[in-house]
Amino acid sequence: MPKVAPELQYSDEHEWVSRGEGNSVSVGISEVATDALGDIVYVDLPEVGSTVTAGETCGEVESTKSVSDLYSPVTGEVTEINAAVVSDPALINNDPYGAGWLFKVAAESDGPLLSAEEYASKNGGDLS
Amino acid sequence: MTENYTALYEEHKKLGASFTDFGGWQMPLKYSSELAEHHAVRKSAGLFDLSHMGEVWVTGPQAAEFLDYALVGKISAMADGKAKYSLICQEDGGIIDDLIVYRRGAEKFLVVPNAGNAKVVAGALLERAAGFDVVVEDASASTSLIAVQGPLAEAILLRLVPAEQHELVTGLKYYAAVEVTFLMAGSGQDLLLARTGYTGEDGFEIFVSNESAAALWQAITAVAEEGELVPAGLASRDSLRLEAGMPLYGNELSREGNPFAAGLGPVVALSKEGDFVGKDALAALKADGAGSTTGRKLVGLKGLGRRAGRGHYPVLKDGAVVGEVTSGQPSPTLGYPVALAYVDVEFAEVGTALDIDLRGKTESFEVVALPFYKRQK
Repeated sequence: MPKVAPELQYSDEHEWVSRGEGNSVSVGISEVATDALGDIVYVDLPEVGSTVTAGETCGEVESTKSVSDLYSPVTGEVTEINAAVVSDPALINNDPYGAGWLFKVAAESDGPLLSAEEYASKNGGDLS
Repeated sequence: MTENYTALYEEHKKLGASFTDFGGWQMPLKYSSELAEHHAVRKSAGLFDLSHMGEVWVTGPQAAEFLDYALVGKISAMADGKAKYSLICQEDGGIIDDLIVYRRGAEKFLVVPNAGNAKVVAGALLERAAGFDVVVEDASASTSLIAVQGPLAEAILLRLVPAEQHELVTGLKYYAAVEVTFLMAGSGQDLLLARTGYTGEDGFEIFVSNESAAALWQAITAVAEEGELVPAGLASRDSLRLEAGMPLYGNELSREGNPFAAGLGPVVALSKEGDFVGKDALAALKADGAGSTTGRKLVGLKGLGRRAGRGHYPVLKDGAVVGEVTSGQPSPTLGYPVALAYVDVEFAEVGTALDIDLRGKTESFEVVALPFYKRQK
């Protein structure tokens, strides 16, 4: 069963949100998503300085088998992207909640987010 | 669609496989990482369950003559013990399936069609057998097929074969098959071992009854040492065959297509004696220059960027659609995207610069010779 990190919030499109200093949030994709995708070989992230909108596509994640759109779980300006996952997308599979984070946003507002418990029960994830 | 389970389903579950539906069968897609499985087959060995493939026996005094009529190849010219890649076509030249024929004696052949087509092929063979002194027997439901593919495949399998039979295995040529005794579950069993595969590597396929399939699977796993062999699923099988430039029925081959456009002209023996199903239509297609001067042709495309073309994506030349991708993904071995695509013959020349429309963004590709990957011998 894919792991669901208990300290994070999740969107229905399988992005996770982690709260940082002030309104800064980090965004990544859950292990439910990485398990379904398979080995990720390419990731297309929004540009630093661009504005992302909750519920709208802001990039793509490509695995050996398929391509999936990346949806932003929050609205705001992108402040940083994880260059490490661009050069080594396998980080997303290996550590989806840590080294595999995707981008940071100065969030003005959130889209609909689920608690880890809600997300885990909806998607058959493992909270432990 | 009916869900079929192979005799090895419980083995796959024990190994933690993720499953996918393929041709009406629940098959392992991958066990852990499809990339790791792909690399293992290129560098050491992979173990595949191919029990979804069909097995149709054709026997009788006119077996060879019958297969010359039913298939496009000259089957009667096959030497005993050899295997041959062939096609079964419709009257109009459309491809019903691609398959491998094994000659197992003067009057005995084994035909191996694809999973989703097994019943259709068995049915077509039965229908075409009218008037021939042959028996067509579909043994698909009772036969399992296990493949060991990769540079270590021979060394691993030899550990299950009695020493006095080792030369049968080491001397077995590519596209040939032999009966070999396999030691498993405490006893020996004579099984048909073929040096064939769908990965571009050296490797073997072993036909075994459903009752003994799990014992053979476990025996192979048990004699492999740490790091020598991994179970491999259909995801890696697909990326391996794509690198090897091998067509997949349903992607590159179909009833709407024809052998010449698919680059399989040499498989069609128009000069063989007597009639065969599809002969007139195939002769006309060839005379028209199908796949060479008219229509579209299957080509290999190498990506110059990082994005991969996928099935059904349009292929463009100067913004105009000139073809369509049939299979594509990033090549794990080569490190760049590869694709098979049908393109208008005027753009099929090696070196031609083309684009693929990736969901609205274009990416540059180049026509390259197939296969994309060829193993060093």
